[in-house]
Amino acid sequence: MEPEAENIRYYHTLKILEEKCQGRMRCMRKCPTQAIRVRRGKAHILEELCIDCGECINACPEGAIVPLTDPVEQTSKFKCRVAIPSPVLYSQFSVDIHPPEIFAGLKKLGFDYVGDASSACEAMSMALRIYLEEHTGPWPVISSFCPAVIRFIQVEYPGLTEHIIPLEVPRELAAKEIKLELSRKLNLPLEEIGAIYLTSCPAKAVSIRQPAEKEKSWFNGSISIADIYNPLLSAIMSLREGEFEDDLNQPSAIGMGWKVLGGTCSFLESGNCVAVSGIVELTRILDDIEKSKLREVKYVEASFCPEGCIGGPLAVENAYVARVKTIRLEDRYGKRPRLQEERVRQLYHEGHYFLERRIQPRPIKPLHPDIAKSIALMKEKEKIYNLLPRVDCGLCGCPTCLTFAEDVVKGLLDISDCLYNSIRRRSSP
Amino acid sequence: MNDDSLLDLEFEIIGGDFNQAGRVSTRLKSILKEVGFNPQVVRRVAISTYEAEMNVVMYARRGVLRFKASPQRISIVIEDEGQGIENIEMAMKEGYSTATDEMREMGFGAGMGLPNIKRNSDRFEITSEIGKGTRLKVTIIAGDGTRS
Ligand SMILES: Nc1ncnc2c1ncn2[C@@H]1O[C@H](COP(=O)(O)OP(=O)(O)OP(=O)(O)O)[C@@H](O)[C@H]1O
Ligand SMILES: [Mg+2]
Repeated sequence: MEPEAENIRYYHTLKILEEKCQGRMRCMRKCPTQAIRVRRGKAHILEELCIDCGECINACPEGAIVPLTDPVEQTSKFKCRVAIPSPVLYSQFSVDIHPPEIFAGLKKLGFDYVGDASSACEAMSMALRIYLEEHTGPWPVISSFCPAVIRFIQVEYPGLTEHIIPLEVPRELAAKEIKLELSRKLNLPLEEIGAIYLTSCPAKAVSIRQPAEKEKSWFNGSISIADIYNPLLSAIMSLREGEFEDDLNQPSAIGMGWKVLGGTCSFLESGNCVAVSGIVELTRILDDIEKSKLREVKYVEASFCPEGCIGGPLAVENAYVARVKTIRLEDRYGKRPRLQEERVRQLYHEGHYFLERRIQPRPIKPLHPDIAKSIALMKEKEKIYNLLPRVDCGLCGCPTCLTFAEDVVKGLLDISDCLYNSIRRRSSP
Repeated sequence: MNDDSLLDLEFEIIGGDFNQAGRVSTRLKSILKEVGFNPQVVRRVAISTYEAEMNVVMYARRGVLRFKASPQRISIVIEDEGQGIENIEMAMKEGYSTATDEMREMGFGAGMGLPNIKRNSDRFEITSEIGKGTRLKVTIIAGDGTRS
């Protein structure tokens, strides 16, 4: 780890609007990494712990937590603007609206080009299969496409980063290929082409601004599917015959499946692959991997959202319905490969599908940088914890009594800030 | 070094209790992460304590895990009351196992536990007495006390 790691500011896309926040602590209780505290009636995010999963967005009854994706209008600084929707978008409309109409609708909204990411998903499925054939350990390997999972591993399981597959994620591959192609075709420098990702996921918006695995993303911004949904739907409704053309060769049905839980496994030998999602199950499986317990499993598809990306916090359609719609789209377009495996194999061995650098650990700051002092503080924390009611009432603004004890040893709170104890003391004679 | 900077913990392990199995190593691991030990050191502790814990669950009536950590070194002693090991040299071989069919059904019995513990430790001692029990001592060098 680099020594400077201490001073890195992490970029986050979640913002709490102070004037809207009522301090009702729903977000604090929902946060899977216990990264939220409520102080003086307002919620605050501890940047170091936040993994951008977006659980808090939907937990807030006031709508006070907003994702900092780019506003729909603000992408006009490029000569050529290309929208690359996550294939999740294909499953957000009624079943008789197909991808070509969605692409045409996006052009009506002002995009010069629309790129399809499902072909990159298909290429990455093949690359993944080759990777599993050639990899020699450590097992199991963990998928790299969900940035919330990646950040969760970096923060809470830093010893497991070497299990993360060093393959590029489909969205970045798509942006790279589409931008290079447009640059050639239009004879434009890359800087003049703005690629915008349309996503259901706040963590991907972060990963575009501050990638974990490279200097710079191929994307220039991201738009939330929830934000673009209404204008896009009107644009689609206003399409006339002849404004779009159906082509059953595109998008790739294999690629679309990536966005549904288990999608990447369906392309692999199923005997030793597992698909895991949701914070509880992820924690369990990562604990097991950390102990080297999962000996039979070779590949873990890990998504933060319970139904995969189609269930992302910025999606519009119900995740289960979106799943069914994806299956119908897969049937419509046919699950035959669009790409030649030989070609993918060749590109694979030229390094085309690999991340620029491996994912590095980003462990939580310990109680103290000096381990000896940290151990002493740990014991102190244990002592404080034993004085607490251990009911996790949350009145102090910490999600649990344990986090309260931690904040006390860090000097952020005083033991007298435990309201439960002071009420108990007052009411006993 | 004063006593404050020494972690000293003790856990009980109950033989045959497959439901609770693995708890001790999970708990230890989260303590070490919080203290700020190097992630790879934490990983080695997690693997070796898990395997040792499982062996007590599988082959003994009960056991105790004593854990001591200073910024420089971690020492773990697992002592159990149980059947003991007849031939330690054999038991240390990869693939050797006396696990029952039932245990194999649950995914254990690959004969990899003890070799894994040895691989993940800097010092490894094992003694055993038939019919009485087994004692394992594992030492892991944690570093020079600063974060690496
Ligand atoms: N604490 C113990 N008490 C008695 N016998 C033990 C103990 N630990 C290991 N053994 C013996 O040594 C053998 C090898 O142990 P090891 O942990 O390497 O493999 P395993 O437990 O059989 O399988 P695995 O650990 O891969 O699930 C065991 O099958 C058992 O016969
Ligand atoms: Mg064993």
